[in-house]
Parts: sequence; C-alpha cells; structure tokens
Amino acid sequence: MLKIKNKRSYKNKLGAGGSILFIILVIYAIIILYPLFWMVMSSMKSYGEIYNSVWNLPEKWLFTNYLEAWDKGISNYFINSVIVTVSTITGVLIIGSLCAYALSRYKSRGINIALIACMTGMMVNPQVALIPLYLLLQKLGIHNTRLALILPYIALRLPLSVLLIRSYFLGIPKEIEESARMDGCSSFGIYSRIFMPMSKPILFTTVVLTAFYAWNEFLFAIIFIDSDRLKTIPSGLMNFRDALQTEWGVLLAGMVISALPMIILLMVLQKHLVRGMSEGSIKG
Amino acid sequence: MKKVTKTMEPYLFMLPCFLMLFIFIFLPLIQNFINSFYDFNAFSPTRTFVGFDNFRILLRDKVIVTALTNNIRYAIISVIFQVFVGLILAAILEDNIFRKVAPFFRVVYFMPVVISISVICLLFSFIYHPQIGLLNNFLKLIGLGSLAKPWLGLSSSAPYAVIAVSQWQSIGYIMILFIVAMQKIPKELYEAAEIDGASKLRQFFSVTIPQVREMIFVTTLITITGSMLVFNEPYILTKGGGPGTSSITMAVHMYQSGFFRDRMGYASALAIIIFAITAILAVIQLQLFKSGKED
Repeated sequence: MLKIKNKRSYKNKLGAGGSILFIILVIYAIIILYPLFWMVMSSMKSYGEIYNSVWNLPEKWLFTNYLEAWDKGISNYFINSVIVTVSTITGVLIIGSLCAYALSRYKSRGINIALIACMTGMMVNPQVALIPLYLLLQKLGIHNTRLALILPYIALRLPLSVLLIRSYFLGIPKEIEESARMDGCSSFGIYSRIFMPMSKPILFTTVVLTAFYAWNEFLFAIIFIDSDRLKTIPSGLMNFRDALQTEWGVLLAGMVISALPMIILLMVLQKHLVRGMSEGSIKG
Repeated sequence: MKKVTKTMEPYLFMLPCFLMLFIFIFLPLIQNFINSFYDFNAFSPTRTFVGFDNFRILLRDKVIVTALTNNIRYAIISVIFQVFVGLILAAILEDNIFRKVAPFFRVVYFMPVVISISVICLLFSFIYHPQIGLLNNFLKLIGLGSLAKPWLGLSSSAPYAVIAVSQWQSIGYIMILFIVAMQKIPKELYEAAEIDGASKLRQFFSVTIPQVREMIFVTTLITITGSMLVFNEPYILTKGGGPGTSSITMAVHMYQSGFFRDRMGYASALAIIIFAITAILAVIQLQLFKSGKED
C-alpha cells in the first residue's frame, strides 16, 4: 500500500520525460516478473488447468504439487546441492584466503609469478578443460561421487576469490601485523587471528559469489555425475522432467523449490548487491 | 634452518591453492592439447597417435560453420541487448529522480541472474510451447495470432528463440556492472554539466558514456566471451542444438562429439578452437586492465 502511495506523489515530480522512462522500467520489470509469477501460479495447477486456462489463477490451489515434487526426487537433489555448495564454499574460503595472505604479505619473484598464474587461471574456461577433467576424475576414482563436482568447483572459483581477498588484505595496515609479530605471533596466527576476522566483508562477498556459482552450475553437473541419487538440482531437474512426463504442475513446483534459495539470498542481500558486485566485477 | 623455513613460508600458504589449480585447471588444459593429436574413446585404453588428422577433419566439418555462425549471432545480439540495453537501464536507474524506486528495480532485473539456467530453460520451454505457451497466447491476445509458431521447432526461429532466453537472463548482470561503474563517477561532473545547462540526454552522452568507457569495453568482451561458450541454453531448450543442427553452438558440438559419438580426440580439437578464440579475447581484456591501471 505504502509503495503505491509513494509512486503517486512521485509521478508529479517526474514530468513527461520521467514518466516515459518510468513506464519503460515498469514494462521491463513485467517482462522479468510475469514469467516467474506464471511459474509459481501454474505450479499449483493441475495438468488440465495448465493446458486449458493459461492465464487464469488456479481454481483449486494444489499445494500438494509441492509435496509430490519434494517426495519424487527434489528433496534428494536439494540435499546434494546443499552439500556440494557448502563444501565448495568452505574449500574456497580456506584455500583461497591462505593463498591470498601469502600473495599480499610477501614480495618476491615467485610471488609475482604466482599472481600471474592466478590471473591466467581465471581466464581458463571450464569447457576447454572438460574432457581431460572427465578422464582425470575417472583415473582418480572419484567420477560419479560428490567430490567430482566439489574439487573442480573449488579450483575454478579459486583464482577470482584469491584476487578478491588479496586486494582486501592489501588494505590492512602493516603496523597491525608488525606489532603482532613483536608480541610473538606466528605468521599463521596473524592470518587466522588478525587478517581473517578483519576481512569479513570480502569473505562474505566470496561466499555469496561462490554460492550462486555452485548452486547453479550445469555443465560439470550433467557430465561428472551419472547416478540420479547424487545429482544436484540443475542436472537433477532434467531427470525430473523426463520422469514426470505430463505432470507439469509437479515439475513447475520442483522448479520453484530449486530457484527459491538463491532468490531469498538475493532479497536478503539486496543492500550489498552493488558493493558485492563492484568487488567481484572482474568476472561473474 | 630458521632462515629456510622463513623463505619457504609464503609457499606453504600457497601450496594448497596451486595444487588445486595445477591438478584441476592447468593440467587438464595441457592434457587437452596432447589429446587433440590422438584418436581415442572414453572407455577404451587404446590411443592412436594421428598427428594433425583431427584438425584436418575440423576443416571439412560443416557443423562447425553452423555452430560458429550461431556463436557469432549470439555475440552480436548479446552485445546489442546486454551492453546497450544494460547501459541504458543502468543510466535510468542511477538518475536522481528514480532514487527511491531504483533498489526495487535493481533486484527485479537481477533476479534471473541468480536462478539456475536449467530452471530458466524449463520455464521458457513452457513459454515457447506451441499450444499452452505464453508467447503464442499473448500474440493471439493482442491480435497477432498469425505470428504464432512452434518457436523451438522451426530451424528458422529456434536459434533466435534460444538467444532470447540468454538476453532475458543476463541483461540484469551487465546492468549491475554498469551501475557499479556509474557510482564511481564524481558527482561534480554532473553538477558542472547542469550549471552549463546540459540536458539529461546531453549529460548521458557527454558525462556518463565517457566515464564508463572502460566498462563498456569490459562488458562487451565479457558478453562476446560468454557467447563463444554458450552450452546450457541450446542443450536444454532444443535438445542439443535442434531441429537438426540449426541452433547448435561450438560447446554443444564439442560435447556431442566427445560424449555422444565418443570421438574424444576430435572433441579435444574442437575445445582448442574454443580456447583459441576465448584466449585472444582474454588477452585483449588483460591488456585493457593494464592500460586502465596506468591512467
């Protein structure tokens, strides 16, 4: 209610040009939101209703579609996605921040080379490494396990994360480190007790960017995992669709469940969106 | 002894990271170059050295022409929609008159970016559905029913229908990158322009665009690189680039050669083509970052 009121008083201030621009913004917002709204609405319809009345709200709201989707496999994919995403985040945070610490606190030729290697790593695309990686995972005996996703995900996210964390670490004053060293603090102590707690904002950004990536990754997910039991949401949804045939309502419910966590994350973090992106804008 | 551990220290910190990068990124990259000179299958241990044979086949492969054409189509359309529209939307949202509503629109436009591509593609397979599809129904609603068609089922419309989905998903991402760049523009520049009597449109062309010039280059390169790597959309929406091969892309072609026809060596050669194209773009981007820093 408040919003509408706001917009009204707004209109007078905008003038003719401003109003046209405002209409453009609204139309584009509808282009984005309507399909999503349709997805949620149709997820509570029966097959017949989806087929015969495309635009209407459901006559009977079938919340049971959600229970059915959850029971028929989404729960399983969901848990796998959570495990893979959390493991990837943990790995990236620990390994990435350790490396960033070295890259920001020491100076030598070796460090420079390492920095360049990191930037090069960022430019390598998953597509190019796909086949050798597939063969490698088989040789290591971890193909078709969750590790087959977690390890490559960590590796692919490391270069960007290291560069992000490093640039933040560089801004921490040298004096803090020096006085800690005087007090007999080891390098690892400085890393774990000073640098990490002081860098929460950038670690937070890293967590979010990694979460979006790991939750949604598709190419590796369909190739490195064969068994349905281990699939994550993006690849699992493909099996889900094939198994359901015409139970569209249930499929749509599964899609909504899959999209929800990241949309909630976005809503919660909307204030940090621009800042987070400005820190991570080199590559998505 | 103490001295040695001291110089070794940074490398101990870096060890886990570079171990991961080496095993899962650099080693596969090198391995891919070697693989492209062999003929082999995924499940048999025999590999035959074939020299440049795989690359000779590349030259005669007609699907590559279709795939590259589609990748280039993707690139052109994506630059127009994502960079151009993204820039305009960002400029509108950053204008003072929309300060109150901008956060709402920003989140809405960014929403598709965080939704899994498989959810989006499944959603659009409903939207493009010949009978129940929102698109055809909408066209009938506004009296343009004659334009309705099975969008994904015709080789003339399928590539564009697939490309449209990517635009829907990605405009918001590029827009946010522009917003980030615009927020760094000193406010004084606009104030000065206003004092000089410059209109909003004039300010956009004379202040905003020159100030975000670098970001325009970067986003253009990001979208072109992304266009060369497109896989998910044709894989899901048109079941691997159909009808026929009309909407196939390089990455889908590589996937099918390797994992469907089990010609791993040939797929590796295709991967090298993709690598070469994106590496050139990446070098340009790095060069740009360097020149940007010296300013």
